[in-house]
Amino acid sequence: MKLSLVRDLLDAVVLSGESHLEEEVHSGFGCDLMSDVLCFAKEDAILLTGLVNKQVLNTADMANMNSIIFVRDKMPSQEMIEMAKERNLLVMSTKYILFECCGILYKNGLKGAHLR
Amino acid sequence: MSYELVFEVARGDFDTAGEASRKIKRTLQQLGVSNKVIRKVSIAGYESEMNLAIHSDGGKITLEVGEEELMLTIEDIGPGIANIDLAMTAGWSTAGDEVRQMGFGAGMGLPNMKNNADNFAISSKIGEGTKIIMKFLV
Repeated sequence: MKLSLVRDLLDAVVLSGESHLEEEVHSGFGCDLMSDVLCFAKEDAILLTGLVNKQVLNTADMANMNSIIFVRDKMPSQEMIEMAKERNLLVMSTKYILFECCGILYKNGLKGAHLR
Repeated sequence: MSYELVFEVARGDFDTAGEASRKIKRTLQQLGVSNKVIRKVSIAGYESEMNLAIHSDGGKITLEVGEEELMLTIEDIGPGIANIDLAMTAGWSTAGDEVRQMGFGAGMGLPNMKNNADNFAISSKIGEGTKIIMKFLV
């Protein structure tokens, strides 16, 4: 699905990287543990997390995951938003909890990004 | 080796941790290395950078670029690892709460470095430090 549909389904606010919205995404990984993202997530997937710090952006960048959705209404700092813009990462924030986000996206066809 | 870059990493500096790995990734992109290899080096490099910031008394990461392989050498000045087999066990960690709140310290760093590298070697001595050498085929 297009990332713009992800935004609409999750009623999310886009904070950086709007130019990615017309790109397609096929899988997602929901996790607050960045160690596990680095171990188990496929590249090009959406990263859904309730953890908000710079290391989330570093993790996504190193794992080639260009779109991040902060759940549970978590908002990154202005410094993080600038960092995301500089790295050309799509960052959104949604009021839904992680479980709801995963459920909504899965129901609409997004697969789990498990690196097997 | 035809190209070498060295990055210093300070203990506890979580504000800038990740910068070295980012520079390594950008360098490899500029050199035209394949995305698949870049991802492996980036993840292994970032795991080591976080490990240096979390566990070491300070250290450095050296990237060497050759025609057939890339090499990451991680060296720190202590405190050293008492039991390497235990440290290499997935899920085993000595990280504290502050680190875990950042999303790290799950005990997956060293095993994940080994998984991503084509060749992985670690040696350590208490009171002296730890050295890790990782090689990646281009």
